[in-house]
Amino acid sequence: MADEDDDLILSELDDEELVAQMFDDLYDGLKEEIEEGVNILLERGWEPYRILTEALVGGMTIVGKDFRDGILFVPEVLLAANAMKGGMSILKPLLAETGAPRMGKMVIGTVKGDIHDIGKNLVSMMMEGAGFEVVDLGINNAVEKYLEALETEQPDILGMSALLTTTMPYMKVVIDTMKEKGIRDDYIVLVGGAPLNEEFGKAIGADAYCRDAAVAVETAKDFVARKHNQMSAQA
Amino acid sequence: MIPDDATLTTTGTAPEGGGRVLILACGALAREITALIRLNGWDHIDLQCLPAILHNHPERIAPAVDAALADHQPEYERVFVAYADCGTGGALERVCAERGVEMIAGPHCYAFFEGVEAFADRDEITAFYLTDFLARQFDAFVTRPLGLDRHPELRDAYFGHYETLVYLAQTDDPALTEKARRAAEALGLAFERRSTGYGDLAPALAAAARG
Repeated sequence: MADEDDDLILSELDDEELVAQMFDDLYDGLKEEIEEGVNILLERGWEPYRILTEALVGGMTIVGKDFRDGILFVPEVLLAANAMKGGMSILKPLLAETGAPRMGKMVIGTVKGDIHDIGKNLVSMMMEGAGFEVVDLGINNAVEKYLEALETEQPDILGMSALLTTTMPYMKVVIDTMKEKGIRDDYIVLVGGAPLNEEFGKAIGADAYCRDAAVAVETAKDFVARKHNQMSAQA
Repeated sequence: MIPDDATLTTTGTAPEGGGRVLILACGALAREITALIRLNGWDHIDLQCLPAILHNHPERIAPAVDAALADHQPEYERVFVAYADCGTGGALERVCAERGVEMIAGPHCYAFFEGVEAFADRDEITAFYLTDFLARQFDAFVTRPLGLDRHPELRDAYFGHYETLVYLAQTDDPALTEKARRAAEALGLAFERRSTGYGDLAPALAAAARG
């Protein structure tokens, strides 16, 4: 693909061709090309939110599917994510100015003892791409840190991530503490990480296990919509 | 004869010998187990190794062990599984319980080489571990699967939160220590070497040998 694209001038492509090319460039992890594509679309008067959803999230969705199907592997996904991040860093300040839709708010972090944040970072990025406000607590979070963030940020969703079988049981500690304090049902709790599965998610009392970033976004949207429906029904 | 490291990583080995007891092991432990068998004169023990690279997909370990037990358990009086939990989240323990065989206690080989309790007491969350086998096979387990040979710029995405590479040394081999040190350098981590010998592996195998 690279050879035939060597002489490609992005600004000479029409909108449809440019977005298709940006899908390819995201797939190939070409950060500079993505940044250039974003700037071209902005110059052409595209709304930042449209660029985010149609060009970046659209392209990253293909990457996610091919990862799930075993066509792409972690290194390629990381490169694609890095390219998307480049595009998002241009769009983020503009999104705030242009009043892009807000889907909800999420607090997310890896659990105590776990410093592996690749999955958590992908989820954060894709959630932001889907219009969620994300408060990222980073790595190695004790229950107190989660609770403090829930109190101060008042999110819709709490997301917890773990890569190690030795650290994933800590998610239950957090959920049990939320139950003890009577706040468990105030939040949607989503969990994820390579060694987890649906059974584990249910056993610890999470609302859902999300096997990858795309599933996390869809699950979050579903639960937030349900929450809003319940609130309107009660009103 | 011990097969080469590439075979132990990707292929594994069939049971060898005419013993009564089978040790079904991770390929990463082949040298250490063979050394213990020789040292102790355990002529009644055969060794079969599964591909060590299964560790890069821990969910595949329990099914692979289960399949190997289905194939070979009937040929032996007793089988011992020389794996710890190894990221299977209890799945391997369940397989062993169903088939009535013992396995090594602890979360992984780093823990049982150092001693499970001592390892837990250290509580080192920012340490990345190598053993003798992993120091020799660093590229096969780390560099290539993580794409660091093609994209060295990804290093910090994987290892940015680690601080130290701890080489848990089973043997005293200056060339291997140098390899481990170079691995630490490649990952941008401080280097520490700990001499562990065979740790809890030796008593676990001795118990398996006695029955």
